[in-house]
Amino acid sequence: MTDPTMMESLSNLFVYSAIAVYSLALLAHAAETATRTTPRARATVTPAGVTAQEPPSTATMQTPRSARWGAVGTSLALAGFVLTLAATVTRGLAAGRAPWGNMYEFALVSTVAVGGAYLFFLTREPVRAFGVWIVALVLLALGMAVTVFYTPVDELVPVLDSYWLVIHVAAAIVSGGIFSLGAVATALFLVRDRAERRALSSGAPAPRGRYAATLPASTTLAQVAHAAHMFAFPIWTFAVLAGAVWAENSWGRYWGWDPKETWAFITWVMYAAYLHAESTAGWRGRRAAWFALAGYAAFLFNFFGVNLWISGLHSYAGV
Amino acid sequence: MSTQITESVGASTETNGSPTHGWGWLRWGWRSLTSMRTAVILLTFLAVAAIPGSLLPQRNVASDPAAVTKFARDNPDLYPWLDRLGMFEVYASPWFAAVYLLLLVSMTGCVLPRCARLWRSVRSAPVAAPTNLARMECHSRWSDTVPGGGSSTEESPVDVAQRVLRRRGFRVEARGNEVRAEKGYVRELGNLVFHLSLLVLLVGVAAGRLFGFEGRIALAEGSTFTNVRSEYDAFTPSVWTDTENLEPFSITLEDFEAKFETSGAKIGEPRYFNAALSYRTGTNPEVRRQEVRPNHPLDINETKAFLTGHGYAPVVTVRDARGDVAFSGPVIFLPNDSSYASDGVIKAPDAVPQQLGFEGFFLPTADIGEQGPYSAFPDAFNPQLFLTAFTGDLGMDAGSPQSVFTLDKSGMEQAMQRDGQPFSRALRVGETMSLPGGAGSLTFDKVARFANFQIAYDPGKEISLAAGLMLLVGLTTSLAIRRRRVWVRVTQDSGSRCTVEVAGQSLTRWPLDARDTDAVVAALRPGPLPRPADSTHEGHRR
Ligand code: HEM
Repeated sequence: MTDPTMMESLSNLFVYSAIAVYSLALLAHAAETATRTTPRARATVTPAGVTAQEPPSTATMQTPRSARWGAVGTSLALAGFVLTLAATVTRGLAAGRAPWGNMYEFALVSTVAVGGAYLFFLTREPVRAFGVWIVALVLLALGMAVTVFYTPVDELVPVLDSYWLVIHVAAAIVSGGIFSLGAVATALFLVRDRAERRALSSGAPAPRGRYAATLPASTTLAQVAHAAHMFAFPIWTFAVLAGAVWAENSWGRYWGWDPKETWAFITWVMYAAYLHAESTAGWRGRRAAWFALAGYAAFLFNFFGVNLWISGLHSYAGV
Repeated sequence: MSTQITESVGASTETNGSPTHGWGWLRWGWRSLTSMRTAVILLTFLAVAAIPGSLLPQRNVASDPAAVTKFARDNPDLYPWLDRLGMFEVYASPWFAAVYLLLLVSMTGCVLPRCARLWRSVRSAPVAAPTNLARMECHSRWSDTVPGGGSSTEESPVDVAQRVLRRRGFRVEARGNEVRAEKGYVRELGNLVFHLSLLVLLVGVAAGRLFGFEGRIALAEGSTFTNVRSEYDAFTPSVWTDTENLEPFSITLEDFEAKFETSGAKIGEPRYFNAALSYRTGTNPEVRRQEVRPNHPLDINETKAFLTGHGYAPVVTVRDARGDVAFSGPVIFLPNDSSYASDGVIKAPDAVPQQLGFEGFFLPTADIGEQGPYSAFPDAFNPQLFLTAFTGDLGMDAGSPQSVFTLDKSGMEQAMQRDGQPFSRALRVGETMSLPGGAGSLTFDKVARFANFQIAYDPGKEISLAAGLMLLVGLTTSLAIRRRRVWVRVTQDSGSRCTVEVAGQSLTRWPLDARDTDAVVAALRPGPLPRPADSTHEGHRR
């Protein structure tokens, strides 16, 4: 038998340790960014025009120092991820249920999802350049979790006591983690893309000191963003459908335009618009990116805005 | 990066000349409507159009039926304008319907031609190789000796390539010295299934909106509800609901149990509700039992009863001036805070010589605070009933229906104490109050509870569920599967030498994954597989 109060304290201890470890990871990533250099002028200007040569991979931008900082940052981020995971598991043991029943727990689990999505992508894509933003996002969520949202372990109100809660919320949070990664990639894409366009029109590569110059090529960033959104979108779709099934089982209608449902719908439609814009000649890239960011904004508003400001059937989430 | 070809319907329909005559305009209009760009714009409209409904109170949205009236009271200037724009029924308003119907038309017009093209391409052979394979993706070229020096024991490169590609699930066709292969048609099928599922969803939603109904009842312990329209407290039929032939059944609330958190930070939060029901269906005399809890509805032949709330129903006995029982039973009091302080009225129209009415509130755990009595806890630990009394004519014979929760005092006179103050009493269970002047008495017999049920019938929900599954499967397929082509060409050079070329093409947004071409090259090319400088390996990730 596990002692619930002991587990709860352990969970809180893990959360605070995760904050400490992620803070160090933030410093390491910042040091990595600062020590990364831009490859020397790789764009060749020909009399006929500009042939922009993309740096073939991020590796060229690494210096031995930045690589070392990057490795430290990744290890710390991994440690922080493990700590948030441990915090979630112990919280679940303390509560005797899936640990996503109130805002504090949503915030905690979402840090696991964001960190997990980042580390997963890191094994196959050059996303370490995002590390600093991902870690900052996770720290922000953890900070809010312990200061604003914290609530002791408790049982669920009867409406929430359903296995559909486990399925629906888990899917929503997992897709949210991947959407977060997609949003960071999209925002960085916009930064980098602007710099590349400037360089193209002025005929000279971006100034070496610029942040944009240390980022991966815009095509790589667009690819990561698109991959993340394509991965997350079906999971989000599933989350919405599972929510509808649960609502049918709980309130007798599968869709009732409750504010939470409405914002889930808005999020879904914005991301669908993004995917279409990505297949539309002339809209691909920069213009499509704004749709993805709008989708993410709607997602965040659903989590914070609707839970905190708008009353509806879902507003039992308990701050 | 090498060639990147995206097959997009939009791209092909957006390049159209300027319209010249009537038909031209129509064609231009239809093409614009069914273009991908229009889809993006309409989707954005749909998202934006959905926003006001989440910020303003809505009629027919379950959370708080009185919210719109309250908004009208608080914003008397703004309300009529917003109401004219349909802002309180956004999801039933014509402009919202216009956006999604236009979107569905646009989608159908876009996707059906794609259907036709898919059908043709599935039935025809894979596309011939372009003349210049070097401009395709993942291109490799090497020269080789013609296998076996012409002996028939060894497979030709064309045969090997066919075998490898077939094993990898490609549709393959060899024409002379060229192998053409294509894979991933299912992606298109997924895309179609996904988009068409939205039409199926519309059918499902419409079936519910046209034939279903929703109703609410409040049932005190011991009372029975029969499923006919007149017994509902609120009933929202659809256009073609057969209100005369609702599913025949009756349910009795035998017992209602509620538990609340008694300690800690969440004290008073609900923990457990259970409504023990007995019910009969149709003409079947057999009585069955079921416990209904949140997330565990009662399902009688597709008509479902959901537990949505509860409250208290004090059981009282009213006697008139002669001492005869004029009313006896539970009376539903409506809770108005989370500790279940509840308001209600009691009417005794059978009292003689004058009818009796009572108005007041019920506190499950009564306590006295600075503002007077209040309820300290939602459970019934110290139940008290606070009532004032009225005598006269309840106005119930006037013909117009009357709410059971309000007292029409126009024909009634408030009972007064001798000191001129209104007569009022706080009763505990078992206590009786006698009205001044011997007009009658009221006894608080015991505390009962009532439960609210939402009763719903939606004949479209199975269709909608099927649409949801189609949507999910189609979407996942269309996003996960990548349609692609691979070509192998063997050109005879002089004598016993030949040149082998392998290349591919991605038909999706992203560059070709090199695995297919690599497998072909590995099978054809003698020796280890170097990365030739002329091959473009870009899409190696993902
Ligand atoms: C009713 C709202 C609609 C929704 C929710 C929706 C959703 C989607 C989604 C999620 C995808 C997958 C994106 C991808 O494959 O990358 C998609 C693809 C597609 N949609 Fe829609 N769509 C809608 C309406 C339309 C309309 C009106 C059109 C035609 C103008 C259209 C044409 C297409 C096409 C051609 C694709 C395939 C894109 C590709 O192969 O890259 N859709 N749609």
